[in-house]
Amino acid sequence: METKGYLNMDLLRFTTAGNVDDGKSTLIGRLLYDSRAIFDDQMEAVERASAKRGNGEVDLSLLTDGLRAEREQGITIDVAYRYFATPRRKFIIADTPGHIQYTRNMVTGASTANLAIILVDARKGMQEQTSRHAFIASLLGIPHVVFCINKMDLVDYDEAVFLDIKQQLEDFSSKLDARDLNFIPISALKGDNVVQRSTRMDWYQGTTLMYLLEHIHIAGDLNHIDRRFPVQTVIRPMTDEWHDFRGFAGQIAGGIFRTGETVQVLPSGFQSTIKSIHLGEHEVQEAFAPQSVVMTLADEIDISRGDMISGTNNLPQTSQDVDVMICWLNQRPLQPGGKYALKHTTRDARCMVKEVAYKMDINSLRRLEGDKAIGMNDIGRVKLRTTVPLHFDLYTRNRNTGSLILIDEATNETVAAGMVV
Amino acid sequence: MTMHSYRLTHLKELESESMHILREVASQFDHPALLFSGGKDSIVCFHLARKAFFPAKVPFPLLHVDTGHNFTETIEFRDRLVEKYGVELLVGSVQKSIDEGKVQEETGFYASRNKLQINTLLEAIETHKIDCAIGGARRDEEKARAKERVFSHRDEFGQWDPKNQRPELWNLYNGRKRPGEHFRAFPISNWTEMDVWQYILLEGIDIPSIYFSHEREVFLRDGVIYANSPFMHLKPDEQPFTKRVRFRTIGDMSCTGAVDSPAATLEEIINEVASTRTTERGSRMDDKRSEAAMEDRKKEGYF
Repeated sequence: METKGYLNMDLLRFTTAGNVDDGKSTLIGRLLYDSRAIFDDQMEAVERASAKRGNGEVDLSLLTDGLRAEREQGITIDVAYRYFATPRRKFIIADTPGHIQYTRNMVTGASTANLAIILVDARKGMQEQTSRHAFIASLLGIPHVVFCINKMDLVDYDEAVFLDIKQQLEDFSSKLDARDLNFIPISALKGDNVVQRSTRMDWYQGTTLMYLLEHIHIAGDLNHIDRRFPVQTVIRPMTDEWHDFRGFAGQIAGGIFRTGETVQVLPSGFQSTIKSIHLGEHEVQEAFAPQSVVMTLADEIDISRGDMISGTNNLPQTSQDVDVMICWLNQRPLQPGGKYALKHTTRDARCMVKEVAYKMDINSLRRLEGDKAIGMNDIGRVKLRTTVPLHFDLYTRNRNTGSLILIDEATNETVAAGMVV
Repeated sequence: MTMHSYRLTHLKELESESMHILREVASQFDHPALLFSGGKDSIVCFHLARKAFFPAKVPFPLLHVDTGHNFTETIEFRDRLVEKYGVELLVGSVQKSIDEGKVQEETGFYASRNKLQINTLLEAIETHKIDCAIGGARRDEEKARAKERVFSHRDEFGQWDPKNQRPELWNLYNGRKRPGEHFRAFPISNWTEMDVWQYILLEGIDIPSIYFSHEREVFLRDGVIYANSPFMHLKPDEQPFTKRVRFRTIGDMSCTGAVDSPAATLEEIINEVASTRTTERGSRMDDKRSEAAMEDRKKEGYF
């Protein structure tokens, strides 16, 4: 592996969703295997385990099973992260199970993804779970969606089958806030259009899945317009060399910051100019999302964790009343009027659920105005009242400043994922 | 005029993510500590911590769980690093746990202190009131680790409950806990072995000499090359011999296999890692005990 090429790769995070028998594990196994991310000893372990179970052939899905219970029950319980690289890109797969009860895992995997692969069985076409997966991908703001119509080998590689399913998916997706949709006919088992171009589907003019993963344009996925810098911690060395140094550390959540520019500090509202930007031991003139940096300002302003440094002409919204779409992730259902701890950017707060506006039927995308009971795996729209003002953007505008989580104060468990609407 | 590119390479994106995680740990916990084994992953974590808090010092101590079976080179490296950066070092000693009768030394040819570390680690966490132990574990290393959260909750007995982990979304990490419970945090979760090596090269990070090819007295057992040392009990048919080897991972002398390798520079190591067909932990005897060896140890409090 050439070092020079390796240092110039970028990173694509994607999530995979599919029903239990859609061939998701086989697809992942093939991507890993064909990109040589699977080592001989891992393969031998899978061969040994397959033999022990009495499976006739090597079961690639065993490659992606992590926990003892998963192997025993032959199911996936939790999000597993996989890694592979090609000479162009490094990939992180959030491999999430497809069963209905594990919507929470899909939401978790989707939260950081640039791209979602949604598997559809060519024999079955679009199913309830397909619409749920597409909806979650859209709700979590995944910029690129790839529908892989799998098992084309079982429908004689028939173009009509592919076009019919594609039409169903397009019709459904028109109801979603989906940005970039792609459709690829594949056979994960036989390898058609995964890494190698299929010779059995001449009618398909598009790219293979791997080509698309390697070339899809992701530089525009981050917001480089609205300047947002949530302060994580204050750096005060208090040494002789850095006697008066007072820097603000954080990961840029949006936009590009340059030295000499005027910024506004929230919630105080004071303005100052950026004196210096530090990336480790180096000083830089500008920094952009998602870099982790330290900034100093020209004026002494009281700033602490949870505050936000922002551009001056383009401020985030500031309010104690926030409308969010939430995915409920816990066995204990949402308590209307209940109080929860809340994390938003680097800010900790508490909040009360003032109102449940509606629950979504995620299969039909209908709003259930009369049904406001939100339990595990449900998605709904709520109004929150927070103890301190939050500085936020719409989730569709910025995934970093538009997202929050709710925590049960009794159990400390993360119970909901929220997206500001 | 050249156009600026506002795009990060994958290593810089991973670096940024890791720095964010380390700052979250320092902000959310009262007494975090960085588990430091002297291996490359913990060295990279320390390097990232220095970057995250510069120009201030790393705001937490290092914690070394000393099995007493370390490579001399690792201990020397640790002490030099501690001196150079003026960081506090805490040591938990497995030998002491054995002497005090808290754990019992394994016997036989495959005796290892690997599992005994759990007790010493948990004791050190309690003694020093550590509420978050930062580790250099990576998800690509092992299948149980592939499911680990970045902020990973441990109950009052230090146990991990893999089936009941908190969902972890965006870059929002939930470190809330009850008294007596603690967390493990893994800032380089998303790095691969190759990422770590390339980053070491990119940043010019110093690592212990035993990662590079050197001559050493070794012996063969079950097809694995082990360093000969007073901690190993050789079977009658096992004859020590001298060989050019290097270590791909650094654990105890009694559980870390060497690789037959001429790689003497970082570039050569990277080429070797790129073409190798076995996993990094393939030469670790501690993982070979069963299919769920790592999962079982992790549940009990292993890192």
